[in-house]
Amino acid sequence: MQLDAKIPSGPIETRWQKHRFDMKLVNPANKRKFDVIVVGSGLAGASASASMAEMGYDVHCFCFQDSPRRAHSIAAQGGINAAKNYQNDGDSIYRLFYDTVKGGDFRAREANVYRLAEVSVEIIDQAVAQGVPFAREYGGLLDNRSFGGAQVSRTFYARGQTGQQLLLGAYQALARQIDAGKVTMYPRTEMLDVVVVDGRARGIVVRDLVTGTVSSYSGDAVVLATGGYSNVFFLSTNAKGCNVTAAWRAHRKGALFANPCYTQIHPTCIPPSGEYQSKLTLMSESLRNDGRIWVPKEAGDNRPPGQIPAAERDYYLERRYPAFGNLVPRDVASRAAKKEKDAGLAIGPQRNGVYLDFADAIGRLGQDAIAARYGNLFDMYERITGENPYEVPMRIYPAPHYTMGGLWVDYHLMSSLPGLYVIGEANFSDHGANRLGASALMQGLADGYFILPYTIGNFLSQHLGEEKVSSDHSAFRDAEGEVAGRVEKLLSGNGTRTVDSFHRELGSIVWEKCGMARTREGLLEAENEIAALQEVFHREVKVPGSGVEFNQSLERAGRVADFFELAQLMCRDAREREESCGGHFREEHQTAEGEAKRDDENFSHAACWEYGGGRGSDAILHKEELEFEYVKPSTRSYK
Amino acid sequence: MHLTLKIWRQSSPEDAGQLVTYEMPDVSEHMSFLEMLDVLNERLTEQGEDPVSFDHDCREGICGMCGLMINGSAHGPRAATTTCQLHMREFEDGETILIEPWRAEAFPVVKDLVVDRSSFDRIIQVGGYVSVNTGSAPDANALPIGKEVANRAMDAAACIGCGACVAQCPNGAAQLFTSAKIAHLALLPQGQPERQRRTQRMVEQMEQEAFGSCSNFRECEAVCPKEIDVGFIAMMNREYLRAKLS
Ligand SMILES: Cc1cc2nc3c(=O)[nH]c(=O)nc-3n(C[C@H](O)[C@H](O)[C@H](O)COP(=O)(O)OP(=O)(O)OC[C@H]3O[C@@H](n4cnc5c(N)ncnc54)[C@H](O)[C@@H]3O)c2cc1C
Ligand code: FES
Repeated sequence: MQLDAKIPSGPIETRWQKHRFDMKLVNPANKRKFDVIVVGSGLAGASASASMAEMGYDVHCFCFQDSPRRAHSIAAQGGINAAKNYQNDGDSIYRLFYDTVKGGDFRAREANVYRLAEVSVEIIDQAVAQGVPFAREYGGLLDNRSFGGAQVSRTFYARGQTGQQLLLGAYQALARQIDAGKVTMYPRTEMLDVVVVDGRARGIVVRDLVTGTVSSYSGDAVVLATGGYSNVFFLSTNAKGCNVTAAWRAHRKGALFANPCYTQIHPTCIPPSGEYQSKLTLMSESLRNDGRIWVPKEAGDNRPPGQIPAAERDYYLERRYPAFGNLVPRDVASRAAKKEKDAGLAIGPQRNGVYLDFADAIGRLGQDAIAARYGNLFDMYERITGENPYEVPMRIYPAPHYTMGGLWVDYHLMSSLPGLYVIGEANFSDHGANRLGASALMQGLADGYFILPYTIGNFLSQHLGEEKVSSDHSAFRDAEGEVAGRVEKLLSGNGTRTVDSFHRELGSIVWEKCGMARTREGLLEAENEIAALQEVFHREVKVPGSGVEFNQSLERAGRVADFFELAQLMCRDAREREESCGGHFREEHQTAEGEAKRDDENFSHAACWEYGGGRGSDAILHKEELEFEYVKPSTRSYK
Repeated sequence: MHLTLKIWRQSSPEDAGQLVTYEMPDVSEHMSFLEMLDVLNERLTEQGEDPVSFDHDCREGICGMCGLMINGSAHGPRAATTTCQLHMREFEDGETILIEPWRAEAFPVVKDLVVDRSSFDRIIQVGGYVSVNTGSAPDANALPIGKEVANRAMDAAACIGCGACVAQCPNGAAQLFTSAKIAHLALLPQGQPERQRRTQRMVEQMEQEAFGSCSNFRECEAVCPKEIDVGFIAMMNREYLRAKLS
């Protein structure tokens, strides 16, 4: 397979502008002849659907929730980056580009990242025009904050609900196009396959989640905006419904899956309280601005935190990283917490956390000042744990949060399957091996509002006048048959184990062996264990009810079945990448001080996997070599 | 703790439905309400029974997907808290808990505790937006907006569209939901050009759906997990009158 990223030539600053000019256009009268299928209504899917409909395309948008407004993007708290330089603190498109390439540990494609930084400014303009109520200063101008250790203040936010407000902006734009008849919305509908006709994506197979009916839709292009796969770990900060099924089905039909092992573990989440734990809640990164992270120096110190004197506490981030202290990047903070836990120093009733302590900040600034900054987060913590963080330190621990890996796309955001585009968290494109805070919202909206609507025209213009493929075509019947067969198979098992019990077990294998730290040996074990568990799953899973009704167990079973295959590919990818970079830490590849050691000579590439039958070991590797013309790879150091 | 659950079971919209009793002898106070239902569902599945269907997604109080009537109160006993954020420490050992779906004509039951809230989407579709095409926006700081105005707009925009307001209202009215969106956009300069048309179309769509009318019971405000205040309803009424008169 020949991988062509189709990166335009010329100076990076003008590439996107020039490329936009070079691309072929579809004239307005012809746009309505094209049907575009968009799967997903999060930031990426809603913004793309609305924008393409405004341009004149006929859009069909699908989501599994009861309303497009509920996509997982709604949960983003902290903010969205943009290189506006409104604070006059030296920010620029180039600096955002530079920070993102470096933050991604030199494993992202420069041209894409530059374009992302370039269109970031337009996103803020668009959102404000829609009425997104970003935080403002007294003078009426937009407020910014510094986020995730950035040295400039480029993060725009709407209280602790930035994702919600941006998504509602996009949802409202989508609603307007639904009213105009340009978007047809299909909520409570799950995509279960891609239909390929003559080597090109021509439609999808879906299941109506209310009636259970399996049917298909044809279109001139298919866009996946289906989010990330953190829920492979079972416990993550993602919404319960987040899954890999859409991406995985496309992968099975020919789309390459890139860098599946790049996952982001967020350092500040509330640790599980028991066996029944169903998801993990993120505590905003901003808490690290004032909270100090520590564990007792002695393993087994059972005193309440307030009774442990300062001299017997280990403020391990401040000790190990004097320059950045508690503000080291996410991957570094997460691994450091794991190290303490592995050394037997974790705290709390389940011995599964570290302290995030505000006592000093409260002493210095007063409780009111802390309440003004973090009041709603403290309330949320109290609701979940029953503990008052003004009095006792918070307990936190890292949790899976975001996946940088995803379907491979070229500069146009088209996958290796012609006619299939992938946008938002579902693609692999911009964050390399580690994503910076407040950059996912930016990427989802950049893809959806400002990139895909142009690049898709270039593709469609080449197919003007071609005959439409209808969903009566035999390829659609075959794909529907396959889907129905899979549903049947899941329902036919007559074991007694629930879907969730398998998902939990799968998640804990992936977390232990392909989580924050990985070894070759552990990954090999994991691949075998997962494959073995997958067999048991198909034999012994109990899915109650039938396929022709509202059946939430069946929905989950289908998703878990795909997670089993993805998990094996993650382990394989992590095993082949004999280096440490960003969120991927191989214990064999670290410096004497225990820091990640990259190997640019051998691994400066995106690992793009071709489906080989489901077992990780059968997948076929293709490499996209990465070139760094502008930002020269250096070692990230936070000492 | 030992709890007795009385849960509404209804296999389909056509089914009459009934309350079924389940004993939960070993609930931990640290569980969330939905985790308790997860545990029940695991057991029902293992026993070969049909688990209880309920809607949920984020489990963080922001997507608006969850929503149960718990002992007759939308989202249960704790103020400013969605069902998914409610924890079992709010209940007493030995308690019986009544769990029902949102009860409103405009929200027909799909199955068990799952209802159809598409009427909310239809209200937004007729006008809950600013008509601005992608790519045509001026610089974001070209239009200063006072901090207080932006804050008040944000108070209204914080609505998660869960439907608790409708479920709790004795009339099943959707005034709080509709007014929150009308107010969010009417407060901001961006919302001015379409202000009257938006209000008129949204109110009329609301009236066409199967919602009841508002008689100022204010129960919506009391159960709203985002504490949206009824001041927005008064504002909507004024806006509507103005739109009708002009
Ligand atoms: C708790 C939390 C906080 C975060 N905070 C921030 C932040 O402050 N800043 C930031 O930049 N990023 C943040 N992120 C990351 C960011 O929110 C996500 O990466 C981003 O919103 C993903 O958007 P998306 O449009 O790609 O996908 P999603 O929003 O996940 O949307 C996926 C869509 O696809 C649909 N879908 C999926 N599968 C199917 C299928 N098979 N069939 C039909 N439909 C399907 C879903 O219904 C949904 O509509 C946060 C993430 C979490 C978990
Ligand atoms: S599940 Fe999202 S608000 Fe409760």
